[in-house]
Amino acid sequence: MRLHRLLASVAFGFATLAASGAKAVEIEYWQYVFDTRVKAMNQLIAKFQEANPDIKVKQTTFPYADYQTKVAAAILAGQGPDVVQLFYGWTDNFIAGKMIRPLRAEAFPAADIERDFFPIVKAMKRGNDYYGLPTAVRSLALFYNKKAFKEAGLDPNNPPKTLDELVAAAEKTTKRDGSGNIVSAGITLDMAGQDHQWWREVLVRQFGGVPYTDNDTKVAYNDEAGLKALTFYTDLQKKHKVGQVGFMDEGQAAFRAGLAAMTIDGTFRLGSFNTIKGFEWGVTELPANAQGLRSNYASYFANAITTKAEGEKLAAAEKFLAYVSSPEAMKIWMEVVGELPARRAAALTPENVAHPVYGPFLKGLEYAHTTLFKDEAAQRQVAIDMANRVLIGGEDPKTSLAKAAEAEQAIIDRAKR
Amino acid sequence: MSAVTPRETASGGLWSRMSLGRKQVVWAWGFLAVPLLFYAVIRFWPTFQAFYLSVTDWTITRPASFVGLENYKRLLADPLFWQVFRNTFMYLILGTPISLLISFTVAYYLDRVRFMHAFIRALYFLPFLTTAAAMAWVWRWFYQPVPIGVINDILAGLGLPQQPFLRSTAQALPAVLAPAVWAGLGFQIIIFLAGLRAIPVTYYEAARIDGLSEGAILRKITLPLLKPTLVFLVVFSSIGFLRIFDQVYNINTNDPGGPLNSTKPLVLMIYQTAFSSYEMGYAAAQTVVLFLILLVISLVQLRLMRDR
Repeated sequence: MRLHRLLASVAFGFATLAASGAKAVEIEYWQYVFDTRVKAMNQLIAKFQEANPDIKVKQTTFPYADYQTKVAAAILAGQGPDVVQLFYGWTDNFIAGKMIRPLRAEAFPAADIERDFFPIVKAMKRGNDYYGLPTAVRSLALFYNKKAFKEAGLDPNNPPKTLDELVAAAEKTTKRDGSGNIVSAGITLDMAGQDHQWWREVLVRQFGGVPYTDNDTKVAYNDEAGLKALTFYTDLQKKHKVGQVGFMDEGQAAFRAGLAAMTIDGTFRLGSFNTIKGFEWGVTELPANAQGLRSNYASYFANAITTKAEGEKLAAAEKFLAYVSSPEAMKIWMEVVGELPARRAAALTPENVAHPVYGPFLKGLEYAHTTLFKDEAAQRQVAIDMANRVLIGGEDPKTSLAKAAEAEQAIIDRAKR
Repeated sequence: MSAVTPRETASGGLWSRMSLGRKQVVWAWGFLAVPLLFYAVIRFWPTFQAFYLSVTDWTITRPASFVGLENYKRLLADPLFWQVFRNTFMYLILGTPISLLISFTVAYYLDRVRFMHAFIRALYFLPFLTTAAAMAWVWRWFYQPVPIGVINDILAGLGLPQQPFLRSTAQALPAVLAPAVWAGLGFQIIIFLAGLRAIPVTYYEAARIDGLSEGAILRKITLPLLKPTLVFLVVFSSIGFLRIFDQVYNINTNDPGGPLNSTKPLVLMIYQTAFSSYEMGYAAAQTVVLFLILLVISLVQLRLMRDR
């Protein structure tokens, strides 16, 4: 008798489990750990589940350093996410490994994407297919310390507009001790931070060149323009002595501590800089060259659907992707993370454009370039070493530039195989 | 009787025909098979797999294809490899003798200290217990330029020129090595102390009665009797310095192994090739080379021990 009852309850348990299992589809979403991003995604998931009670989304996060390896290993093992966040520069790798699938044209028409999103989203397009959509995009701008400007006799509401003005402002705001050591920098020099992007996509163009040709597969900066750009950059330390690589360890740390008057950084730094208490800071567009030419670098993390998602999970993943790339999601993302909406309409509202912080970043998006990296870390290292050879090794910029071009070309060629 | 015997043999089969000695051998191998299998699957299989990977062009996302000795050829032609090779041996050649000399000196004198002996010993051992990453970050801060770097602040305060440390290709390697040596001292001191304590006191008493000087006692008694300890520590710390990674990686996370690769050891190169560039085949070839280096050095050192 007792056994019967037990069997009956077990059978009932299975039945309810099966029933509830059939009702809700669970999909997995993976991204790397970054406090505000995780917080924003939790909010988005809550809202999405409210509107779609039959879909459950589980968020999993990993440290950035292990992220790519773990995603690749998990998907190849038939596990892992249904919707995955990836840096636009990893797309080729993910496609080659058959880890992500092209977005179905019926669900995400290319014409709509190209009409609604900023043009940099094209970096997710291969042939006629889009492989992912971003929620937010990031661009660079010049952050400056208003207190340091005031103390140096500069107008805190009139930040430098050209490269010459940048150097002049840096010279005025640099503080040195009796032996000439910098104790507060005019501008941070940090190739390991965002300076390599500034050098590659902004300075090289402003001195009359282009960083790459042939769809970013041929290094083209080993010329007069590249040389002028590198000389301009290294002269900030060597000739003008307004900054020093390694000062306060990292550029952003120096700025945060109030020991650097200016730094070039991205939208993703807003969350961190917003907690600065000691001084008021401002943001302005990256300085133009003498002819008024401006440039910028834009990048983004996209969300893609993996090859693991099939059947009803695929349908649920598509719904989720559509939601996280919707104007509503972008608004939440901007409020929580500080990154700019990837859709023009959501980004270019009069309120945003006039915003003292978002405005300069948004203007930057209009003339921004997106480097199609083959191996972002290795290509960044090339730029770090290029500057170091001049600044530490005392090598002449021309030789160092040529070595960098050769090393970077080798990286790109190897990835093409 | 005679009719039964052949039937018994037939039913007992091979086993009952075996002698007792043979049965023991079978049993022995039966039991040994478990650890052997375990060892083969856990130890040799991955090692073999690494050798196999080193002759492919696997990139994690793309399927592997056989490329022969291509990776090794590329490695030998790669100037970065030779730079990294030199760095690795610099860590070994500087690190091992310096750390052994310091730890022996400390152990030698600490052995004579009675006052708060255990406490002082614990103090020396403390760094060994600390995470290498945390230590590296503290030292990274020591090495900063003014206004935050402790060492440079002191130099500037004394009116001396500040030193670039981690921003100099000449100073960076010793600067990275210092915390690694410092962190390993605790362990080596403890082992040396144990070795010193193991030498019978009677030897010393006899030597003192014979009127030998302290220097002579050290040369003629202490050091020769300490040889097994010394050989162990040399092997152990050489392998440690050849595999140095966490200190280097953490003391300069923005430009790991920099500046200009002046501090990059082989293990860091392997890590970056594998987990940053995803060139698994190439990384496996580097691993094989590291394995061979470690093997040769360990064999040479073990041979020295046998000579005793």
